[in-house]
Order: sequence, then structure tokens, then C-alpha cells
Amino acid sequence: MSGTILRFELCELPVEARALREEVRAFLRAELGADPAQRSRYSWFGFDPGFSRKVGARGWIGMTWPREYGGGERSALERWVVQEEMLAACAPVLSHWVADRQYGPLLLRFGSEAQRRSFLPRMARGEVCFAIGMSEPDAGSDLASVRTRANRVAGGYELHGTKVWTSGAHIADFVMTLARTDTTLEGKHAGLSQLIVDLRAPGVSVRPIPDISGVQHFNEVHFDGCFVPEQNLVGREGDGWKQVTSELAYERSGPDRYLSATRLLQEFVRHTGSEPAEHTAATIGRLVARKSVLRNLSLSVASMLQDGRDPALEAALVKDVGTHYEQSISERVHETLGIEPRAGTGSELERAQAWTLSNAPSFTIRGGAREVIRGIIARGLGLR
Amino acid sequence: MTSDDDLLRDSCELLFADLATRDAIEAAEGGVWPETMWQAVEEAGLARPQLPESKAGAGGSWNDAHTVLFAAGRHALPLPLAETMIGAWLLARAGLDVPAGPLALAAVREGERPRATQNHGVWRLDGIARGVSWGDLAPHCVAVAQGESAMMMLVARDQATLSRESNLAGEPRDTLEWQGATVLAAAPLQGEDAFMLGALARAAQMAGAVDRALELSVRYVLERRQFGRPLAAFQAMQQALAVLAGHAAAAAMAAKMAFRAMDRGDASFEIAAAKIVCGEAAGAAANLAHQAHGAMGFTREYPLQYSTRRLWSWRAEFGADSHWAAWLGRRVAARGADALWSDLTSRD
Ligand SMILES: Cc1cc2nc3c(=O)[nH]c(=O)nc-3n(C[C@H](O)[C@H](O)[C@H](O)COP(=O)(O)OP(=O)(O)OC[C@H]3O[C@@H](n4cnc5c(N)ncnc54)[C@H](O)[C@@H]3O)c2cc1C
Repeated sequence: MSGTILRFELCELPVEARALREEVRAFLRAELGADPAQRSRYSWFGFDPGFSRKVGARGWIGMTWPREYGGGERSALERWVVQEEMLAACAPVLSHWVADRQYGPLLLRFGSEAQRRSFLPRMARGEVCFAIGMSEPDAGSDLASVRTRANRVAGGYELHGTKVWTSGAHIADFVMTLARTDTTLEGKHAGLSQLIVDLRAPGVSVRPIPDISGVQHFNEVHFDGCFVPEQNLVGREGDGWKQVTSELAYERSGPDRYLSATRLLQEFVRHTGSEPAEHTAATIGRLVARKSVLRNLSLSVASMLQDGRDPALEAALVKDVGTHYEQSISERVHETLGIEPRAGTGSELERAQAWTLSNAPSFTIRGGAREVIRGIIARGLGLR
Repeated sequence: MTSDDDLLRDSCELLFADLATRDAIEAAEGGVWPETMWQAVEEAGLARPQLPESKAGAGGSWNDAHTVLFAAGRHALPLPLAETMIGAWLLARAGLDVPAGPLALAAVREGERPRATQNHGVWRLDGIARGVSWGDLAPHCVAVAQGESAMMMLVARDQATLSRESNLAGEPRDTLEWQGATVLAAAPLQGEDAFMLGALARAAQMAGAVDRALELSVRYVLERRQFGRPLAAFQAMQQALAVLAGHAAAAAMAAKMAFRAMDRGDASFEIAAAKIVCGEAAGAAANLAHQAHGAMGFTREYPLQYSTRRLWSWRAEFGADSHWAAWLGRRVAARGADALWSDLTSRD
């Protein structure tokens, strides 16, 4: 008996992880320039294949994967440190982020030997970019109602349907597509499968969807009878739902949930100076206190993953608390300073505020809308 | 975490659940000193877990102190455990003897402290301290006083003129007045100040009380039925308790971090962060938990109020979250924007 419901433990970072932090920091200083204020980057939402290759060359993609597939066989805690440093430095990690975070692990768990040999080493070198093909026009939070059809044909499948909000599909090489391979079964969770689809194959078209932040980020991906070879089916046909839900646990608890608006906090502290007024100091103190706690909550989930435990409840809690926290930063800045957000021109603070305001709404939508995440927490609490 | 941790946590849970019954808490709130309860806790080695055995302690760590205080907070245990742990630790750190029995703590903020004076090598204490935890019921008080520097002094209860007061949770928070009081032992105060250590202890107690409020709320919405189903079946209720769980997780982690930092050495950053995060969680958790309980939670009969009245009190004691937030913010600002991230990670 323990009494408490929650299982977060305070995790000790091993020395090698701390040494690694310094190494990553030095690499980022060299690659991105020493003065963050001159970089005009307000978060890590950038695609830069060249940068991803350099990260891969350092062995910082697929760090926990087996060596025989190009991985580093390092701990989840070391990986967590690398992620933190990349995000805190606003490094453009999107070319390798999705493969590193969820599709490498997915292939390791469910993929065929041929898929592992073909994809994992390339992923680890930062040479291949994956997009997430889950959402559709009529399947958002209710993901299991996807309608994209994969019809059996000789040697593989023929794909018909449309994916939306597909981040980076305009740059990526492949999209991991959740599609219906069997429509005769009872229940929307049955008959789903995951397929690796080449975004340059005939019958695939990608149309950008401009978003409110003004940066090209997400897209509509249309499949018009494109052919997907049989060997691109991941796992077993019909197991797609089970696979997708395990994948989402990886997506939820990482440092991206509390280090997306960190640049704004930094500029806020810079702007208010070394001797801020009492109320301003208190605002900074609250934001920094919460960040320090969130880091340790996320680290705790990383160590649960390391120990092979299933952190579904804890990962959802980190996402909920972390995204709420990040959204609050721009509100506190507004409340304290009332500065005008400026896109393109203006001070670093005004621009960081603009970036954060126009991206923050997505924090509690992508990777599972807030209400869906809280539903998962409620399930973990035994309420449903 | 080690299994030693689990063992200590489990034995605290069992013992405190047994001791902190409704009747026992009510009696203590009525001003009766729970002597047998104190004896049981003292015998179990839980009164000074982090002190060396040579100083009447259990030879453990601050991490152990956290485990005890978290559980004490969960059960609203009506004893001056936090005060005794901190008072005894201050005495022991200064090389002074630790008296038997519970200690009151007069850890008053700078600027409001009573005066310490020395005449021919003999220390005396003068002045008033308000909000002294367990000032009337504990035989000895550890008081922070101002001489040429900050001093820590051990005084017997009978040296003070007392006026009995209590916080919203019915815990003694007395006003003590000393006039040329005889001091049993005195030493300069160094390192973390007693006020900050009070904040540390309250953080763990609050984290425990928030955890308890979550546990009671989960249980209640599963049992209580309205509209033909358990309240837990309503999405609005599920979402509210998910938010409450987020506060419980953050508060628990914040408190653990602060106690670990005590074991490592310098803990001021983590203590401030813990008092802020636990203080914020206290208000939010009390609000959400009461909402989930409807009128039942508003009764004296139902145990939620033991947690929530303590949360409302504890968050304001030893510096409210606003106090520590300004303290922490000034510290961050003085270091500057570019040190922020490396300072955070240097504390891992
Ligand atoms: C910037 C960005 C990038 C994205 N990138 C990708 C990507 O790369 N690949 C991909 O597949 N998808 C991507 N998405 C899509 C994302 O996963 C979906 O937006 C998300 O799952 C919510 O679906 P929806 O937008 O259709 O909202 P809906 O499901 O229509 O919901 C709208 C709102 O209703 C509420 N709601 C929904 N369901 C419930 C419920 N059960 N109970 C209570 N309230 C509810 C929520 O507040 C929700 O925000 C991205 C989204 C954004 C914003």
C-alpha cells in the first residue's frame, strides 16, 4: 500500500548524461552561433535537413536504438538531455524529430526485419524525414474513424483518401499512414493498419495549408490510388489501432511540452532587467519555478520508459500541465508589459511574443486535444 | 527509488492513518495536546528522521523527512513534526544539544524578529513573535532572534507570556512575548534560514494534503450517483479531476526536489520553487476538490476539510507563494536571461 495514486519519482541524472549536456551545448553553440538574441528563432519548429544530418553524425538520433540498426544503445535519460538542449537552443530539429521520437521506436517494436534494416540506419543518420499521417477531415480527436482506404491489390495496397494537418509533408520523404485495410469488421477500431507511404510516389499529392503563424508547416495529403508495396505494411494488418496508441505515449511527455515557448521567457527576463519590480519578479519566479518542476516530471517519465514501464497516465499529465504552462507565458508577458506582438520587425521580445501567441493555441490541440488528454488522465485515475 | 523509501512511506501511512482519526484531530484542534500520539510517533523514530542518532534522530536523510512530512500532510496529523524536525536540526547543526520532546518554532522573518542581547556571556531574549507554531503546547521553543547577526535560541515555554491563537486549521499559532527571557542555548544562524526551512516543511505537508484531496475526490465521484450514474461518468467531472491530478503531481515533485536539494547542500532555489508550486496547487486543489464533493465536502463531518483548511493555512505560512515568487524572480533576474537555462540544468 502506498496511498498515493500518482507514480512520479524524482530521477537522478547519471553523470554521463550531464557530461553529454555540455557536449551538446558546445555543438549547438558552434552550429547555431553563440548569441541567441541574434538568431531570430523563437522555437524549434524549423526544418533543416543539413542540421539533422550533423546531429545524426554525432550519434544523437536514435540514441536508444540497438547498434545493429544504427542506434547508440544509450539510455532514455541521455536522450532526454539531448532533446532538452536542442529545444532550449531553438535548434531546427523537425527533419528528424518525428522519426526519432515515434517512428524509429514503432519500427523497433512492430516493424519487419527488412523495414528496420532499411529505415532505422537512415533515420539515425538524419537522412530520412517522416510525417505523421493520422488526422483526416472527418477524423480528428475521434481518430479511429479514419476513412482512408487501403485496398488489397497484387503485391500491396492501393490507397485512396485524404490526410490533413500533416506537419512537414511538403518536406518529408515518407508519411506513416493510418488507413482502413478491412471495412467488413464490426467497430471502428478494427481493420486499421499503418503503412509507410513514399510522399514522392505517383498518386500522392501534397497541398500546403497556410496556418496563422505564417510559416508553412502543415499540409493536406491526398492519395489517389497510389500503390504501397506489401513490405511497407508496419506490424500486422489490422493491428493499426493498438500500434497507434502505443506510439502516442512516446509523443506526449517529452521536453517539447515545456520548451516550446522558452525563448519568450528568456526575452522577458532580458527585457525586465536585473532589478525588476516586485510584481514582475514574482511573475518570473512563478514561471521559473513551474518550469523546474515540469522538467523533473518529464524526466521521471523518461526514466519510466527506460525501465520498460508504461507511463500512459504520467505522460498525459506532463502534456496537460506542460502545455498549460507554456500557454500561460505569453499571457503573463502581456499582463506584465502589455507590449505589442510584432511579426518580422520589432524587438526580440515583441517578436518572441508574436511567435508564441500565434503558435500557442496549437500546443493544446496537436498530439491530442486538451479534453482528450484529460480523458486519458481520468482513465488513469480510474474514473472511466 | 529504493525500497527503503517505500518501506518508510508505508509505515508512515499505516501509523498516521491509525493515529489521526477524526476524534484525535478534533481533540487536538480543541487545544488538547495529543501526548500518546506524540509518543507513538517518537517511538517509531519519525520525529527527527534526518538527525544523526547522536542527536536523538533516526540517522536518515532529508529525503526521509520528506516522506514523513508528506504522509503527515496526507493525514492532517495534528503534531508539530515539521517544527520539531527543523528546530532540532538547527540546534544540531550549531552543535547544540537537542532537548527531548516536541519543539515549537518561532521562525520569524527578518525585520520582525525579537532581540537577542548578551551580557557577561549570558544571552537574553526580548520581544514578540507572532504565529509561533505550537508555542503553547511544546515544552521548548526554537526562536530566531536578531542580535548583531541572526541568532537561533532555545527557550523554555515558561519563559514566555503566551496568547493562544490558531490558524484556520485549528493548529496552534501563538503569540509569544519574552522579557529578558533566560536562554538555554544560543548560536548564530547560518545557512538556510529557519523561515526558509519552514517553507520547505510546509511544501511537503501541502503536497501530502493535495494528494489526499485528490484521493478523496476520486473516491467520492465514483461512489456518489446522480442522474442515474456515478458523478465520475460525467466528462466535466473527469476533466476537473484531471486538472487536480496535475496539481498533485506538480506539488509532489516540487516538494521532493526541495528535500533532495537539502541532502545535496544548497537548497534555496528548490525550496522557493516548492513553496510557490505547492502554494499554487493548494488553492486550486482545494477549490476543485470541494466542487467535486458538493455540500458533503462542506460539512465538518466529511474529512475533506481537514485537508483543505490546512492547505489554506499552510500556503500562507513561512512566506506565501507570492513572497517566494518575488524572491526567486529577483534571483533569476540578477543572474540574467542568458544564465537562466544553464542555471536550471545545473541543479539536476
Ligand atoms: C499545428 C498542428 C500540427 C498538426 N500536425 C499533425 C500531423 O503532423 N499529423 C496528424 O495526423 N495530425 C496533426 N495535427 C492534427 C491534430 O492531431 C488534431 O488537430 C487533433 O487531434 C484534434 O483534432 P481536430 O483538430 O479535428 O479537432 P476536433 O476533434 O474537431 O475537436 C475540436 C475541439 O473539440 C474538443 N473536443 C474534441 N473531442 C472532444 C471530446 N471527446 N470531449 C470534449 N471535447 C472534445 C477539443 O477542445 C478540440 O480541440 C496537427 C494539428 C496542429 C494544430
